[in-house]
This record gives sequence, structure tokens and C-alpha cells, in this order.
Amino acid sequence: MSTASISLSKEPLVRFILRRADDALVLGHRLSEWCGHAPLLEEEMALANIALDHLGQARALYTYAAEVEAAGLDEDAYAYRRDPVDYLNVLLVERPNGDFAHTIVRLWLYSAFMSLWWQAMTGSKDAQLSAIAARAVKEVAYHLRHAANWLVRLGDGTAQSHQRTQMALDQLWPYAGEMFTSQPDEEDLIATGIAIDPETLRQAWLTRIMNEAAQALLKMPTAPFSQQGGRSGNHSEAMGHLLAELQFMQRTYPGAQW
Amino acid sequence: MVSHLTTEAARSIAEAVPDPEVPVLTLGDLGIIRAVALSDAGVDVTITPTYSGCPAMNAIGMDISLALTQAGYGAVRIQTVLSPAWSTDWISAEGHAKLRAFGIAPPHPRGTVLPVACPHCGATNTSEIAHFGSTACKALWRCNVCREPFDHFKCH
Ligand SMILES: [Zn+2]
Repeated sequence: MSTASISLSKEPLVRFILRRADDALVLGHRLSEWCGHAPLLEEEMALANIALDHLGQARALYTYAAEVEAAGLDEDAYAYRRDPVDYLNVLLVERPNGDFAHTIVRLWLYSAFMSLWWQAMTGSKDAQLSAIAARAVKEVAYHLRHAANWLVRLGDGTAQSHQRTQMALDQLWPYAGEMFTSQPDEEDLIATGIAIDPETLRQAWLTRIMNEAAQALLKMPTAPFSQQGGRSGNHSEAMGHLLAELQFMQRTYPGAQW
Repeated sequence: MVSHLTTEAARSIAEAVPDPEVPVLTLGDLGIIRAVALSDAGVDVTITPTYSGCPAMNAIGMDISLALTQAGYGAVRIQTVLSPAWSTDWISAEGHAKLRAFGIAPPHPRGTVLPVACPHCGATNTSEIAHFGSTACKALWRCNVCREPFDHFKCH
């Protein structure tokens, strides 16, 4: 076992899978940071459960990426031996948790997108991706329901909870657009029905978001989707700190098992 | 190979292994054993994972290997197959009865909306406390009649 970083495959399908696996791993890690800090015992369990679902989705995707790349790598190599610049997740998921409202708004924006994305991917021409999607689509339905319920409780709650939730939405909004971007190397995958073009999900997503924001008495932000770069490896400072913690054990004790 | 080591016997052994998180259920009750195949090289057991984030899947594989090895089978290989995705509809009727006796309200058939009956007193006047419970597969409910809290196996 080596501590050396692996280099990123050029194979479009591998990259396509890693982009989504990285989203799931990084958000799962962020949610796991709530362990021991959640505002209620039930919420402690909920966030840990949701974090585990994301970790499980990431594992299934990394395992499949390893099979496609066929370079002798495994799920752990992708998770623990890539540098920030080779991580391909959207910037939205690496944002620090902030307060509880911030965490919920992020989970809501992301899950509303992923419920559409996984649903569409159940029809992927790639049998393994379609199978992973069939399981994940059921899980994300719970995540979305949970986040949307909290959104209404917080937005239509006290003056303070409303103000914090509105602030979280305003701060996170510029990051949401990156979920709808596709990369040049995905064109063939989209044309052959293996991948889907996330742009096609934008209207359904926006309709849902506007509807639930209205229920939560929140004002829709007007700021443009200005923040992106994660999909091409241009991450914020937060990503280095996140990976330093996530990778510490394997980088320090290569191949450690327990 | 010894004559009593048959495919059917191997399947029964694998199906009798208890689920690590809900030990009143066997893997057979859960419906996750998809195939058991015997060859000169050993036994291949194919299972379908339940939830993406279920931390018990590794333990389940090890428990099956251990049970078959102890029964005299040779090398055990565990394969996982994702498609078709596991659903709570695959839990057997016997599994439902065992869950209820254990104090867990069993899952409804997918796509149905039915009241959740209290596994203690049978009342259907119940309410959800939290939809994420002690494990990935359960939600926390409360009976409004006998006032007891209980787990409900979520439809999946
Ligand atoms: Zn009762």
C-alpha cells in the first residue's frame, strides 16, 4: 500500500461516475460532522442516517468506477488517495455546514436535484448505473422529504429561524447552478443514453424549489449562479481542510484496517 | 465432495443466518439471498444489498461465509447483485409475523397508504416521531392508545 496520490483517469465514463461519487462522499462527510452536535436526538440520528446513505452511494459508485477503469484501484484508493484538484464534486457540497439552517437548505437544494437525477438515471443504458440509481432514488426521497419539512418549520418558524434560513438560501444559491452543468467529455455518454444532461432537469427542480420556498415563506434569491469550478477540480479552500480530515488515517497509516 | 453437502442444504444454511441488525429476521425472511451455487471450487452465494448505507452488509457476508465453512463447505465467495433492487416487499409473511412479535411494525406493501398498527396493542391511532430511526431501515413511531413508542420498518 502506498500513500502516493493516484492520477485521475481520462476515461469519460470513469470521470462521469467519479463526479457523482465525489458529490455523495463529500456531502456525506459534511453531514457526518453533525454527529454529536445536532439540535435534537432524533435529528442526530436522521443526519447520521442520511450521511450513511450518501457514503453507501459513494461506495457503490467508486466500486463501479474501479471496475470500469480496470487499473487495479478500489473504492478506498479513490476516496483516500486523490488530491483536491482531482476531486470532481460540485462546490455546493463542500461548503462548510454553517448553522443548522444552512445544512438543511443545502441538503434540500441538493436532494431536490438528486431525486430528479437518480430517477432519470434509472433509465440509463448502463445496467450497473441504472441498478445503483434504482436503490438511491428511494433513499433520496426520504432525504428530500426530511429537508423540505425542516425548511418549512424553520422558514415559517421564529423570526430568528426565518432570518437564518433566508440567509442560508441567499448564500448557497449562487452554488446551485453547477449541478446543472455537464462536462465536454460527457457528450457521447449523454448521446448514447448512459448519462443524462442535467440541464433537462432544471425546470422541474426550479418549480419544486419555488413551491417549497413559498411554503416556507422564503424569498427566492435573484443572484446569478456564479459559483462553479468543482467539476473541473477548482475547489474552495474548504475542500483541502475537508480532505485533510477525511484522508488523514490512510495517508498516515497506508492500508490501515480495523 | 461429501454427499450431504448439497446446494439445497447450503441454501438453507445461508437463509438461516440471522440479520445482524434485526436478529429476529433471518436472511431468508429478508429475501436477500438471490442464488446459491455449488461447484468443485466451493460455494457462490449471491446477495442483494438492502440500503446503500447499510453498514451490516459486510457483516452479513462474513456471517454467511462462517456458517457455510463451519458446515463443511469449502471456499465461500459472496457476490452482490444490485438489480433488481431489493424491496421490503421481499420480506416473507413469516418475517412480518416475527417483526410484529418483536415489537416492530412491519412494512406495508410498496405503493400503498395504510395506517401503521401498533405492534403492542394493535391500535391504528399512531403517529410518526422521526422518520430516521435507530437503523437505516426503521422509523420511530408512537402509539396514541397505549402510549408505547415502537419502530416501524420503512417501506423501501
Ligand atoms: Zn399501542
